[in-house]
Amino acid sequence: MKKTYTIAIIAIVIIAASAISYVLLSQPPATTDSITLTGAGATFPQPFIESTIQTYTTQVKPNIQINYQGGGSGAGISAFTQKTVDFACTDAALTASQREAAPNAVHIPETIGAITVAYNIPGVSSGLRLTGPIIADIYLGAITNWNDPAITSINPDVTLPNNAIVLVRRSDGSGTTNWFTKYLSLVSSTWDSQVGSGTTVQWPGTTIGANGNSNVAANIAQTQYAIGYVELAYALQNDMTVADVQNAAGNYVAPSLASTTAAAESIPTSGLPTGDGDWVDVSLLNAPGEQAYPIVTPTYMLLYKELFVIPGMTLDKATQLVQYIWYVVHDGQQLAEPLQYAALPSNLVQINEATLRSITFNGQALVAN
Amino acid sequence: MRLKFTLDNIFKVAAGIVAASAVVILLLNAYILISGSTIVLNRYGLDFITGTNWNPVTGRESFGVLPYILGTIVTSGIALLIGVPLSLGIAIFLVEMAPKAVRVPISYLVELLAAVPSVIFGLWGIFFLRFWILDYIEKPVNAYLGWIPIFSGTPQGLDIFTAGVILAIMIIPTVASVSKEVINAVPNSIREGAYSIGATKWEVIRHWVLSYGRSGIFGAVILGLGRAVGETMAVTMVIGNAVGPSAMPTSLFAPGQTLPSLIANGFLESPTPLEKSAYIGAGLVLLALSLLINVAAHTMVTRLIKVKGGTVE
Repeated sequence: MKKTYTIAIIAIVIIAASAISYVLLSQPPATTDSITLTGAGATFPQPFIESTIQTYTTQVKPNIQINYQGGGSGAGISAFTQKTVDFACTDAALTASQREAAPNAVHIPETIGAITVAYNIPGVSSGLRLTGPIIADIYLGAITNWNDPAITSINPDVTLPNNAIVLVRRSDGSGTTNWFTKYLSLVSSTWDSQVGSGTTVQWPGTTIGANGNSNVAANIAQTQYAIGYVELAYALQNDMTVADVQNAAGNYVAPSLASTTAAAESIPTSGLPTGDGDWVDVSLLNAPGEQAYPIVTPTYMLLYKELFVIPGMTLDKATQLVQYIWYVVHDGQQLAEPLQYAALPSNLVQINEATLRSITFNGQALVAN
Repeated sequence: MRLKFTLDNIFKVAAGIVAASAVVILLLNAYILISGSTIVLNRYGLDFITGTNWNPVTGRESFGVLPYILGTIVTSGIALLIGVPLSLGIAIFLVEMAPKAVRVPISYLVELLAAVPSVIFGLWGIFFLRFWILDYIEKPVNAYLGWIPIFSGTPQGLDIFTAGVILAIMIIPTVASVSKEVINAVPNSIREGAYSIGATKWEVIRHWVLSYGRSGIFGAVILGLGRAVGETMAVTMVIGNAVGPSAMPTSLFAPGQTLPSLIANGFLESPTPLEKSAYIGAGLVLLALSLLINVAAHTMVTRLIKVKGGTVE
């Protein structure tokens, strides 16, 4: 009796095993040598990156897999430095010490964003005029009420209430804070000497810190007389009331895709570094164009110039990686606008083309010249 | 003597390994935190504990965790002040007074409260509780008692007090359900004895039941305190996340910061090794603070039992 069971079980196992192996072997061979690219880093461009991945892997190269893990610029840079990812994204360019830790890294600006100054004053719609120094003074605590003469004098048509301004800011370390405080440092020497700039700063006075863009937006929406800074994409999608900010040409410009692109385009190509250069000082803040919005920020992809240094990299994989990034800075740019990111201006695309042509695997160029 | 591979012996070894893993995990944790924070501890030494600045800006680095230690203690203290009486009330009502038809669903609901993820409490805090507290507690108190420093400032509802209230709600299920079990375990003979010498219900509960179960109730409070000290998400969402000297908890109605919320806010995007090390250092301080609270609590429980012996279950 027992023996019968054993034989039956063995028979079942053999049949099952052959069935499984038949199914496995009859699969097309494409699955076995499909390539997976991995990236990590900034959350700011994440919706755009994911959209390019989605389109690229379904419509352009169906046999490729690309994984992008957010987690922040800082996390992206450390993964890039440890060579655990194939590419990384960061809102802030690599500093000198970071470049030393990751030699031969190249920067590829992949999309352009802007930071809006949003507010909640009952009865006041979008278009309140502010200047950089006024925004800095508000955050420094030098301007405490909405009807301060500095604000009312440039907004003669708006009735501003005698209420204290509630300051909202990001509490998490963020590229948005980095660029916003960089802007304040640029326009206000007091801000520069007292606070400075960084992904987190020691805010003077009493501020409400909120975690992430969505929380900042929620806090502004719920708190009367509040002011805060929010990424353009986020502000546009949520119909927030945002200020027109005075630009370098003296005009008050509303934040929009058009004024963001105008800022990026007004930067002359000749002043920009090459892909393997130092991008720390590259700034689209206070760009010279007539209709340029003043708080505009680039965001970067990071790659190694010689991809052989990444463990597990093959010629095939390296080629696919460069082709994907080529797609991101060219056709992929069409995906930016629906997501409220500004498309790259032609001057930056040209720099990116030169950078991608310079990338090699074991000395071999990956894009035809 | 040769160890035989009997089921019993294998089980013994396996159980030993599992038990040891708890110790190993704690030690590994401490090791990682200590080694991760050497940079900041070497640079600032004791100033890291007593300093009030938190400035990661390149060239002006200065890190001190004092405001966040105090913030953690103050918010947890508020949580206990509000949460423990409520929890005890729930536990006493459920065991001593409620009829079964009420007791079963309510105990179930109280325990269900423990299953609510903290981010839900945070969302509820941001969108609802904050305004309720602002309009009905903070604004009136601030208007009449604003001259007292702890009630001063311009309340916005995102502050230390709101964080304390959220924490109080979050510790209620833990403290209430453990206290309920403790009170339940008080032998009926104690109650009967007390009633037989003419005690009222209040006196029975106050002098016999709570007294008998006090070490267990104390344990429940410590469990709740542990949750309050370590709670991150809900606190981060409602405390206002102040940094630097303005995070010192001088007023209950001003934004503050706790150690867990500080780490949750800043760690992921800390670009320099020094800054990262500072956040890991804050984690080390938090671990030390939790251990300190637990050890102190254990000592107090033991002393309590020794002084008023005979009431141990």
